[in-house]
Amino acid sequence: MNVVPPPQTVGELKAKDYASDQEVRWCPGCGDYAILKAVQKTCADLALEPEKTVFVSGIGCAARFPYYMSTYGFHTIHGRAPAVATGVKLANPELDVWVIGGDGDMLSIGGNHLLHALRRNVDLKILLFNNEIYGLTKGQYSPTSRIGTRSPSTPGGSLDAPVSATLYALGAGARFVARGVDTQQKQLPEVLKRAHGHKGASFVEVFQNCIVYNDGAFDHFTARDVAEEMQIFVEHGRPLVFGKNRDKGLRVTPGKLALEVVELGAEGPEAAGVLRHDETDQMLATLLAGLQPPLPVAIGVLYCNPGPSYEHQVVGDRPVEPVRGDIDALLRRGHTWTVA
Amino acid sequence: MEGSSVLTPPRQELESAVVRFAGDSGDGMQLTGSQFTLATALAGNDLATFPDFPAEIRAPVGTTYGVSAFQINFGARTIRTAGDALDVLVAMNPAALKVNRADVKPGALIIVDSGAFNAKNFAKAHYEADPLADGSLDAYRVLKVDMSSATEKAVEGHGLSKKEALRCKNMWALGLIYWMFGRDRQPTVDWLETKFGKTPELANANIAALNAGHAYGETAELPTGVRTYSVPAAKLPAGLYRNVTGTEALAWGLVAGCELAGLPMTFCSYPITPASQLLHSLAALKSYGVTTFQAEDEIAAACAAIGASYAGSLGVTSSSGPGIALKTEALGLAISVELPLVVVNSQRGGPSTGLPTKTEQSDLFQAVWGRNGDAPLAVLASRSPHDCFEVAIEAVRLATKYMTPVILLTDGYLANAAEPWRIPSFADYAPFPVSFREDPEGFQPFLRDPETLARVWARPGTPGLMHRIGGIEKDYDSGNISYDPANHQRMTDTRADKIAGIARDIPAQTVEQGSEGGRLAVVGWGSTYGPISRAVANLRNAGQDVSHVHLRHIWPLPVNLGELLAGYDKVLVPEMNHGQLVKLLRAEFLLPAQGLSKVSGKPFKIVELETAIRAALEG
Repeated sequence: MNVVPPPQTVGELKAKDYASDQEVRWCPGCGDYAILKAVQKTCADLALEPEKTVFVSGIGCAARFPYYMSTYGFHTIHGRAPAVATGVKLANPELDVWVIGGDGDMLSIGGNHLLHALRRNVDLKILLFNNEIYGLTKGQYSPTSRIGTRSPSTPGGSLDAPVSATLYALGAGARFVARGVDTQQKQLPEVLKRAHGHKGASFVEVFQNCIVYNDGAFDHFTARDVAEEMQIFVEHGRPLVFGKNRDKGLRVTPGKLALEVVELGAEGPEAAGVLRHDETDQMLATLLAGLQPPLPVAIGVLYCNPGPSYEHQVVGDRPVEPVRGDIDALLRRGHTWTVA
Repeated sequence: MEGSSVLTPPRQELESAVVRFAGDSGDGMQLTGSQFTLATALAGNDLATFPDFPAEIRAPVGTTYGVSAFQINFGARTIRTAGDALDVLVAMNPAALKVNRADVKPGALIIVDSGAFNAKNFAKAHYEADPLADGSLDAYRVLKVDMSSATEKAVEGHGLSKKEALRCKNMWALGLIYWMFGRDRQPTVDWLETKFGKTPELANANIAALNAGHAYGETAELPTGVRTYSVPAAKLPAGLYRNVTGTEALAWGLVAGCELAGLPMTFCSYPITPASQLLHSLAALKSYGVTTFQAEDEIAAACAAIGASYAGSLGVTSSSGPGIALKTEALGLAISVELPLVVVNSQRGGPSTGLPTKTEQSDLFQAVWGRNGDAPLAVLASRSPHDCFEVAIEAVRLATKYMTPVILLTDGYLANAAEPWRIPSFADYAPFPVSFREDPEGFQPFLRDPETLARVWARPGTPGLMHRIGGIEKDYDSGNISYDPANHQRMTDTRADKIAGIARDIPAQTVEQGSEGGRLAVVGWGSTYGPISRAVANLRNAGQDVSHVHLRHIWPLPVNLGELLAGYDKVLVPEMNHGQLVKLLRAEFLLPAQGLSKVSGKPFKIVELETAIRAALEG
């Protein structure tokens, strides 16, 4: 049966209450399992009503996601999930709509739809699972693959420069842009909760390990031994501090519009000129999104600056109801005449 | 003669007349034509119009490719087409004369703005000499009037620049034609006052030009053969009438259909000629439960409409051939997940960009078969502007009853053409309310109605019915993903049977004119209705054994169609394409049907059909 009984009452909810009865068909060890768990935990923590929750996806490994949720789910066609989800939201703004896709789905074939869902600010939670590779078609390079990626379609190494998902989202006018890592089961649900709480389009890039075709692509900042030195988890109002001993921070490079790492002295971050994170500052978000090794990779809510959501402006917050319009009056608008 | 004692000859009575206004695309010919249409309808004539304009918005002034025209056929009898040949051509410049002269009947009237007939405009129209002086128009009656100067003079004192003054030229010409056919100017005066409500000086100047053109006809000494006419009112069935374009009727039909289904409409579209007008019409109908969404592209428009249907609204998308091509994959999704969707295709000349503003019927194959996989859906075609209302309601009915996409074919001609319409009473339409699944007991998303084979429609937001659907093949019994070979066979068969079963739910095919069985059936679909209808009527009046059969349901075909057509010795299928319905009929019924193709971007002329029918009867 493809129908799941309603979960327990609020307060007793567990991640597994949001799992469907379908057998998960990702490769063993795939980062998608961890993200699924984080999303299910988020749903449980927020006590989301399954009947009002819809997961919409396109095509690709990530796009199988809706089958594994006990909510409503729509597995659509390649790249088009943001467009389908926009239609869902226009018809019924009360629904809690999540969009799931990979880097190929959302930035290659569906890049256009992502752009427009973000700039319109449709109230969607858009999760992009970035593994920098095409998985379901067996390992070709993707739009986020780094230059030189060897793949079945690029045996000599890829030539095209990768796109940054978060910089793309910011450029598109997204009002909520965040990052997470598949295996970070503490931070990721917190980021997802923030995304859920944001009215409008929330964009979350999740670094996801593809164990078969691109294993270890993010090890240089996600591996246990380097994570604390190579990541900075940003929090609104807090100093941009990182490192195993919390002894480093980010400050503006004197004389340049760029960020640089500074060692904190005994006087603490402020004395060292370390910035406080202001998630409403799009320029700061852009600088953080652009950080690349050897600088730390920014994780967390990079940007959050709410504005009116599209469907709210179009139809309000209630499902669109048929209006008992006077069809006879409609047909008689304008010039009419009588033939006796 | 002295003073105002100009002799006014009595009006000559005509049964019908064809008038075409032609000028630069910036000359306002479409507005002029639509005002004349309104005045003519109010005078009680039956009528049909044919706006014909270039794809360029403002092509270089004076060029032949920038010519925009509006044709109207009106009469005391039933009017079926916009008319084969012109009784009156109004040509605002040499290019308009050049492009349109061939359509003027010998001996008919050509009115030109001689003020625009100068060396510069001859060169732009590639005339080597003045066509008004070289004898090339000897076969016609020609009225040369310097409308440009007359208009400038008429609007003096209204504070207009020379350029603005010349823009009133179309109203001057309209005034003259109103005089010629005895039309009431008041509706146009009212319209101008509304249109230029914020700029009364423009309203007054245009009214002055209109009146001046009219006065010119009344007072000037006109050449022999230029006179006034009366076209008596047509004997139309009693009732309340209005003019309607195909686009308006379609918009209202969709709204009416959703009302009958008890659903809100989510209309998602991307601008494309000649379909954009439908988006404009529906965008103004929010109070009727219509949400419109101008998507980022054709694909998004189709996908958003599918998303809306998934959420319990009726998703509707609209485009023309190139845009429908882009929506193809999404249509396959709607077929696979079995959601209602109405897809309007205002067909235009193809392939590729083709002839964006010209009409054609060449997307029938695309509609019926143009998808990957075995992907059946229902296809309907409307035959006339007002028929778009009925067909739109039928499209909504079938889409919701059978949980399927329905493609509704119109074309560039229907989208823009207007005709009088006896306004129906909405109470005469039977509602077909949609019932959503709400009972969790025994639910699975692909549970089917045993009769229609339609699956249940379970909206997100309904407690206890949480489920997942997608484009991957589904198990017949559980709706879960299934790659089972026997199951795919069963699901493919079921999808085909569901659409085929619609044939039991649509009216049997009738014969429009003539007998059931006989020597020749002319089978048409879509906007060829008008010319086929008139051609068959003419030949039947001449004693020929010919019948007219016109299809509304293209797929599935009516159940009795094969048997009906087998009753004729011959079947002729005129189409504005290279032979599509004819192949479909041959394939379905092993019928030796013959095609008649026209792909010039213009509708069939009655005479072309008469010639083909005669040849078929003699052959």
